[in-house]
Amino acid sequence: MSDQVILSVDHVSIMYKVGDFKDIGLKEFVMRKLTHTYMSREFWAVNDVTFQLEKGDMLGIIGSNGAGKSTLLKAISNVMVPTKGRVKANGKVVALLELASGFDGELTVQENAYLRGAMLGYTRAFMDQKYDEIIAFAELQEFQDRPFRQLSSGMKSRIAFSIASLVQPDILILDEVLSVGDGAFKVKSEAKMREIIQNGATTILVSHSLDQIQQLCNKVLWMETGKLIEFGETEGICKNYIKFLSTKQNIQRQKQ
Amino acid sequence: MFRRLKEYQFLLEELTKRDFRKKYKRTVLGVFWSVLSPLLTLFVMKLVFTNFFGRNTEFYTTYLFAGNLIFSYFRESTTLGMSALMNNADIFSKINIPKYMFVLSSNVSSLINFMVTLVVFFVFAAIDGITFSWRFLVLIYPTVCLLIFNVGVGLILSAMYVFFRDTQYLYSVFTLLLMYMSAIFYQVTSFPVNVQRLFLLNPVYVFIKYFRVIVIDGNIPSIAFNLLPLFWAAAAMLIGGLIYKKNNQRFMYYV
Repeated sequence: MSDQVILSVDHVSIMYKVGDFKDIGLKEFVMRKLTHTYMSREFWAVNDVTFQLEKGDMLGIIGSNGAGKSTLLKAISNVMVPTKGRVKANGKVVALLELASGFDGELTVQENAYLRGAMLGYTRAFMDQKYDEIIAFAELQEFQDRPFRQLSSGMKSRIAFSIASLVQPDILILDEVLSVGDGAFKVKSEAKMREIIQNGATTILVSHSLDQIQQLCNKVLWMETGKLIEFGETEGICKNYIKFLSTKQNIQRQKQ
Repeated sequence: MFRRLKEYQFLLEELTKRDFRKKYKRTVLGVFWSVLSPLLTLFVMKLVFTNFFGRNTEFYTTYLFAGNLIFSYFRESTTLGMSALMNNADIFSKINIPKYMFVLSSNVSSLINFMVTLVVFFVFAAIDGITFSWRFLVLIYPTVCLLIFNVGVGLILSAMYVFFRDTQYLYSVFTLLLMYMSAIFYQVTSFPVNVQRLFLLNPVYVFIKYFRVIVIDGNIPSIAFNLLPLFWAAAAMLIGGLIYKKNNQRFMYYV
């Protein structure tokens, strides 16, 4: 592995079991075991994916819904350990996955901000110092002491983004977050992200907007049903993907 | 281990704060509920059982209160611990933080409740005519053991709860049965000696008895008896820790 390689994903597979006892409960599990009708299916959400990123790369991940993109990101951000294979990241990974989830509706905005900061591994001193900045960036000064559930979903994403983007990561993972908030905030958040990227972060971006990916990314990874279809230069793969999408649409139209 | 705890101290504080706020949100009496509910139980038990069991028991109010104090702490902290992991699935499936933190934080808030109730317990003991002595300081030892024991049981239950949702129903039945077997309102001396020994297999009874020996009898328990709380605490923590170590990555697949 050369010094330049900052992230290496090596034959990563992630399997979910479907229909085992977590779905059917203890009684049913015992009954089926006893009657020898117990079965569980394996579902490979990510199947043998291998790629490497170098410092400064900007990777776009594309693919249909359910292709395993988000699951792959979970493995990269170390939330999930792959069933097979391994992920090696050199440096600090910050993942902005489904931003607005994991907050507590009953706590105030300020309490939630501190809680989230603690979860992301910040210190109290750091939060004390940055709190005003966070609230100002999210433009939520008037809402500080309101319960979190009273915020609109755009506001929730704004505060989440403001907290998570405080530190300079080596690898930044963005799952459909470029569309955070209203127009004005979008401009601001994009500027902030560009700043992080320009400071040398390797970035992974999941998006359904091909335009965005063609604009921003120098590499693309295309996944379908858990498998890696193509990985490499942006332009060629995007062309193939567009072709794939139009054939898919044609097939669907013919079926109708 | 301690360095890691230090590292996550901020997280633990914030999670505990959250648990506390959530528990007492929009309640008029707030924290006093945690004192009031054992007091009400105590009151009813005193009313009902004094005629049956209270006649031959000295300091029956203190006797009952010691039982209720320990048992309700055990039940509350393990029941909260059980759901701690599941309730935070939203968080640990998005952010990489140590999962045992949720069980720890729920235990901290139960511990605070226990401490508040403990103060009330001493007030009642004083009213009941108990003489206070330096021996009461020894209570720190079983309290620490009980805390560790509760964390351990919480870890075990929270893992089971992720894998089997039936755990919560089974456990509520189990705690009900355990309550009747913990000699909260009766004396074990009415049983044959062999059966009395069997009670020591019940960890909750061990902790209750420890408190009673110190507070009511005014004695320090024997060395052999002193080993029991330590044994139960170590056993629960060891099993819980091993389960977490083994399944830490599997939880994700079940939430």
